[in-house]
Amino acid sequence: MSAPKISLRGVTKAFGAKPVLRGIDLDVAAGESVVVIGGSGTGKSVMLKCILGLIRPDGGSIRIDGEETVGLGDGERTQVMRKFGMLFQGGALFDSLRVWQNVAFGPIQSDGMAPAKAKDLAMAKLANVGLGPEIGELFPSELSGGMQKRVALARAIAREPEIIFFDEPTTGLDPIMADVINELIVKCVHELGATAVSITHDMASARKIGHRIAMLYDGRLIWQGPVAEIDHCGNAHVEQFINGRAEGPIQMQVRKL
Amino acid sequence: MSIPVVTQLGRMTLALLAMIGAVTSFAARAIRHGLQPPYYRQQILRQVLEIGYYSLPVVGLTAIFTGMVLALQSYTGFARFSAEQAIPNVVVVSLTRELGPVLAGLMVAGRVGAAMAAEIGTMRVTEQIDALTTLSTDPFKYLVAPRLIAGILTLPVLVLIADIIGVLGGYLVGVYKLDFNDSTYLRNTLDFLQFQDVFSGLVKAAVFGFLITLMGCYHGYTSKGGAQGVGAATTNAVVSASILILTFNYFITEAFFAR
Repeated sequence: MSAPKISLRGVTKAFGAKPVLRGIDLDVAAGESVVVIGGSGTGKSVMLKCILGLIRPDGGSIRIDGEETVGLGDGERTQVMRKFGMLFQGGALFDSLRVWQNVAFGPIQSDGMAPAKAKDLAMAKLANVGLGPEIGELFPSELSGGMQKRVALARAIAREPEIIFFDEPTTGLDPIMADVINELIVKCVHELGATAVSITHDMASARKIGHRIAMLYDGRLIWQGPVAEIDHCGNAHVEQFINGRAEGPIQMQVRKL
Repeated sequence: MSIPVVTQLGRMTLALLAMIGAVTSFAARAIRHGLQPPYYRQQILRQVLEIGYYSLPVVGLTAIFTGMVLALQSYTGFARFSAEQAIPNVVVVSLTRELGPVLAGLMVAGRVGAAMAAEIGTMRVTEQIDALTTLSTDPFKYLVAPRLIAGILTLPVLVLIADIIGVLGGYLVGVYKLDFNDSTYLRNTLDFLQFQDVFSGLVKAAVFGFLITLMGCYHGYTSKGGAQGVGAATTNAVVSASILILTFNYFITEAFFAR
């Protein structure tokens, strides 16, 4: 068996005296889609940002294609980053740039593609997520939340990444738009043959886009398994979460991480 | 009673030192990235336009009224000693050495430093800076370095223009209000002016340009906590840049003119 695409071992991170990740072990195989679920403030985003290299973990190992990425220098980090695409929770579109310039940003700025060619590429990617060329000339602030998410998805896939990360892809969207985004995510990941890691607390989304689900609680992954097994996992924490019950072993986090 | 005061003092000192350390390492990182390719020329040009061109009205107005009031005030003083012929010289030396760079610096700090902190701060809290990184674009190279470079290059030009407009202001008051002979006023202005006067002012301007943009970028880049955090970053950028401008102004003056 080949090395997993992404492999986390004993990843820890604390902010001040507060431990957020207490030792995360996770393997994601090439072409697999893993969804990490967990309540707000359990450190899902922190875990994702550790893998991305936006936050440096305190301890443990994060390997991408077998290569250790914790403690990489700027140059090597850029090389690894080339494999990644990321859909941010709020879209994180550059509001000073037009929609097509957002999508073409990576190809132009990082890969040195000629603007005219990159514009064609951007329009093609926008078409991929169901947006016409007229949208490309608008500014992100002129778009609705769902449209912004689509543009952000187009930007995330523009450089045909090997690994795509989704941070709460459906948060803040109505159920129909959420499903549209889920479908697009499944389609895009499938077309690219990419590996995907998503974090969400939306169970409908998790079931739709994930092959495997892992639950983060109290800084550890307390359960992981195929989507089909989650309803019969026998874990009280997971069952409380997926059924959305206030009563159970999970206590609400008061302070933000 | 004395213990809490000492504790407080210690805490403030530590916070200040930590802040100086953080700013210094931020500046070092920014300079290192600014010197290495890739250079984002379009970003630099955009910032030159933002810092220089769009600051012209504000800086021009400040300069002309400063020059005018300098001429008027020094007249009321010097007339008592019948030393009116020194007025053109006082105006031009005060402007080029001190008031041009300091006032232009303060105006630009208020205008540009605040806008920079707000823009970068908003990019921080909406994860646009993280997005840059995931698109393999170094935010220091793309956001910070172009602003610093533009600040260092643009402020001296801005100050040179301010100097000229300020002298014009002094000339207008001198000739039309204080009844100077116009060619005498101009001759007195130029005869006593030394290269050092203008040069020291331009060096100050370059340093102030660096400080303003550094503070704008630093406070924006490190802002957190939504709208309130961005608001605080904006205030801090302007206040810290203004204080640094006045502090560095003294030391640069001492380096140039202290005997």
